[in-house]
Amino acid sequence: MLPNEIFEKLRSVYSDQIIELIENHPSDSFITVNASALFEICHSLRDEAFFMFDYLMSLTGMDLGENLGVVYHLYSMQLKHKIVIKAFVPKEQPKVPSVERIWRTADWHEREAYDLIGVNFEGHHNLIRILLPYDWEGYPLRKDYTAPEMYHGMKVS
Amino acid sequence: MSEKKRLDLEYSQLDSDRMRLNVGPQHPSTHGVLRLEVEIDGEIVTEVIPHLGYLHRSFEKHCEKMTYPQIIPYIDRMDYISAMNNEWPYVMALEKMLDIKVPEKVEYIRVIVAELNRIANHQIAVATFGLDAGAFTPFLFFFRDREYIIWILEKLSGARLLYNYFRVGGLAGDTYPSFKEECLNVIEKVRKTNAEVMDLLIYNRIFIQRTANVGILTPEVAVNYACSGPVLRGSGLRYDLRKDEPYSIYDRFDFEVPVGKGEVGFVGDCWDRNIVRMQEMEQSCRIIEQALAQMPETGDVKANVPKRIKPPKGEVYMRTENPKGDLGFYIVSNGTDKPERLKARGTSFVNLSVIPEISKGYMFADLILILGSIDIVLGEVDR
Amino acid sequence: MENTNFLWDLMGKNIWSVLLVISLPLMFVLVYALIAILAELKISAWIQERLGPMRTGPWGILQPVAEVVKLIQKEDITPDQSSKLLYNLAPFIIFTGAYAAFAVIPFSEAFVPSGIDVGLFYVFAIGSISAMGIVMGGWASNNKYSLMGAMRAVSQLISYEIPAAFAVLSVVVLASSMNMQEISKMQTGWFWNWFIFGGPGSISKIWVIPFTVGLTLIYFISSLAETNRVPFDIPEGESELVAGFHTEYSGMKFAMFFFAEYANMFVVAAILTTIFLGGWNSPFGDFMQGPWWGVFWFIAKSFSVVLVQIWIRWTLPRFRVDQLMYVGWKVLLPLSFVCFIAISLFVMLK
Repeated sequence: MLPNEIFEKLRSVYSDQIIELIENHPSDSFITVNASALFEICHSLRDEAFFMFDYLMSLTGMDLGENLGVVYHLYSMQLKHKIVIKAFVPKEQPKVPSVERIWRTADWHEREAYDLIGVNFEGHHNLIRILLPYDWEGYPLRKDYTAPEMYHGMKVS
Repeated sequence: MSEKKRLDLEYSQLDSDRMRLNVGPQHPSTHGVLRLEVEIDGEIVTEVIPHLGYLHRSFEKHCEKMTYPQIIPYIDRMDYISAMNNEWPYVMALEKMLDIKVPEKVEYIRVIVAELNRIANHQIAVATFGLDAGAFTPFLFFFRDREYIIWILEKLSGARLLYNYFRVGGLAGDTYPSFKEECLNVIEKVRKTNAEVMDLLIYNRIFIQRTANVGILTPEVAVNYACSGPVLRGSGLRYDLRKDEPYSIYDRFDFEVPVGKGEVGFVGDCWDRNIVRMQEMEQSCRIIEQALAQMPETGDVKANVPKRIKPPKGEVYMRTENPKGDLGFYIVSNGTDKPERLKARGTSFVNLSVIPEISKGYMFADLILILGSIDIVLGEVDR
Repeated sequence: MENTNFLWDLMGKNIWSVLLVISLPLMFVLVYALIAILAELKISAWIQERLGPMRTGPWGILQPVAEVVKLIQKEDITPDQSSKLLYNLAPFIIFTGAYAAFAVIPFSEAFVPSGIDVGLFYVFAIGSISAMGIVMGGWASNNKYSLMGAMRAVSQLISYEIPAAFAVLSVVVLASSMNMQEISKMQTGWFWNWFIFGGPGSISKIWVIPFTVGLTLIYFISSLAETNRVPFDIPEGESELVAGFHTEYSGMKFAMFFFAEYANMFVVAAILTTIFLGGWNSPFGDFMQGPWWGVFWFIAKSFSVVLVQIWIRWTLPRFRVDQLMYVGWKVLLPLSFVCFIAISLFVMLK
């Protein structure tokens, strides 16, 4: 299934929750969706017979200036097609529904995105830092991040 | 509440006969600085909590400060066992963004070095797995043979482990005159050792008893956890990017994708994951042989690439079949010579996340074997 | 005492001879341990197509000496929260257990440190002392890995003592003696007089040969487990328990464990040699038979058994704890029962 077909299908169900499809060769095409409906959309992406996206390749958090973005790269093992889903949330209130219950692999990916970007995944069972120490402050991959001078009395960098 | 009291309360919540054990970060079998917090009931594992990050080197943050070619050495340091394979999806992603067609010879050399490195990786994987089971001798057999592969890669790139050999649109250098013969020699040696190890280790009664029916990973769970590579194929799913979406020139070669068949136990146990690696080495040998035969004698090793690599605004997710599974790079370009965001989807990171799921209820000694059968590299887990 | 000591007589029955009798095996253990360590290093290297140690002395033969020197120089670390007395005592107890067994081992026709009549019984009794040392060391270290290793070690030692005891008892039934020197004397003559081939006797002993061979194997396997050697080295299973019960030990105390392991290897090999492989007897009748040649044959045979132990270590992977128990209780024990009963029947009907 091609990205525009997926887009049409999703549009017919979720109407205005699906914001836009951007196709810009050679870049990957992606569909932007409303973050509040993300869980339901992902659920149908996994379970509907014509989508069958059972494999979450990657989950990325991004800093886009005033927004934070979450990017989902999906793949279907049976139908062998791919799609990229994006959702944007304001930086002040970065709340995105967790897809951990849909794809268990999202567990650690979401923890990583929370750890490095500071996206708050709602519904995640154990949203704690994963790569950085548990008591680290700040989200290093944000563009406005400045590394702390000291950490527990040790010099950073 | 005083600190002492708080601790007492926490301990009282534990069953009196359960023990919390920290496996790692310094432990002979965690394959690096991984820490597993294990709760054991006698010898039975009841809970596993991995704690990562002991080798975190801010890879993604560094990349945002580097120009595109400068990132390649950093990528080597992710999965340092198979550095050649790591570089490939990254340069392919950039080639896709810049719309570069790489010369024929480059593709062949890339295939050959990647498959050589795949053999080296699987040798380490099987060797350390055997070591976890207590068999020391196959470990050294494999390390002896891996040395020959490393010599070839060293002659090509100048480095033993962290090659920095792939370039956007080409390679750092051409092959050397005796390259073909040396590759064929190595293949012969690899096959000989593999046959020996099959007898010595893989079909050893004790080894089968230790690994069969241990750490069973069903295909459904494997896909849900997005496992890939030998871990997924060990569960019986025939999923290999080299076949399923042939990148580069993999559609020109005749090879098979070995999957776990449950020969000595259930499909998806540790033994299956291990035998898949053994069989993949043979398939890699076949690919190298075919690639060596087809490789053009002369040709450029560098396409026409602009001096400053500035991909147009846009984003690309590119993945290849790393020895450990899918390695994906998600590159977002803002039109300058530095990436806006670079996310590496570490194979080991994703494969490791399945550990708490599949190790419950097995014995403590099995946990070590399950961890070994997943074949992680902490450089890639922590990045 | 009937079996008067050769040296006791030779030196005029004074205190010095007693001391010499005690110290001879000690000298032997120390020299033997160095040789065994070298053998382990070299044999493992040859199995793995390496050279092994090559720098210390010609062909690296001084490597074990260098290692002992290194261990002596090392800092002796005692964990802060450990139980100091037991922690410090454990290595000595283990070594004592291994070394005390040498008291009844007949090195030759003319030399056995103490020819007591219940030699075999004594060996088994004294062998359990090392289990106590292991538990003490493991528990006193205040380390979870050590504790697990100690628990595993004790369950393993106790389980495998039973099949080993049955193997030995069968020979006692055949020989109707527990005196190791007498058992050795019984096997004089050609190698078919050894107890692995049914012991001395008429042609009718052919019925018992399969059982005695089986018992030899059972004893050998059990002895591997009793000395914590691969494939039964789970008490110190490196891949899961780091180093098992001696994780926290360093320096000379670790060396004691190390020496005790090699001494134990020799003890079980010596018992196997004495009761099954003819002890100090020459395999070829009167050829090279005699008190001095006896020492040679005894050490040669025992050392060959040790070499087989080393060979196995570098070939096989290790068992898991439940599989180890399975092998011990459900395979070796019934088999040793069967052999024991068959041999008893044979002796009754003879």
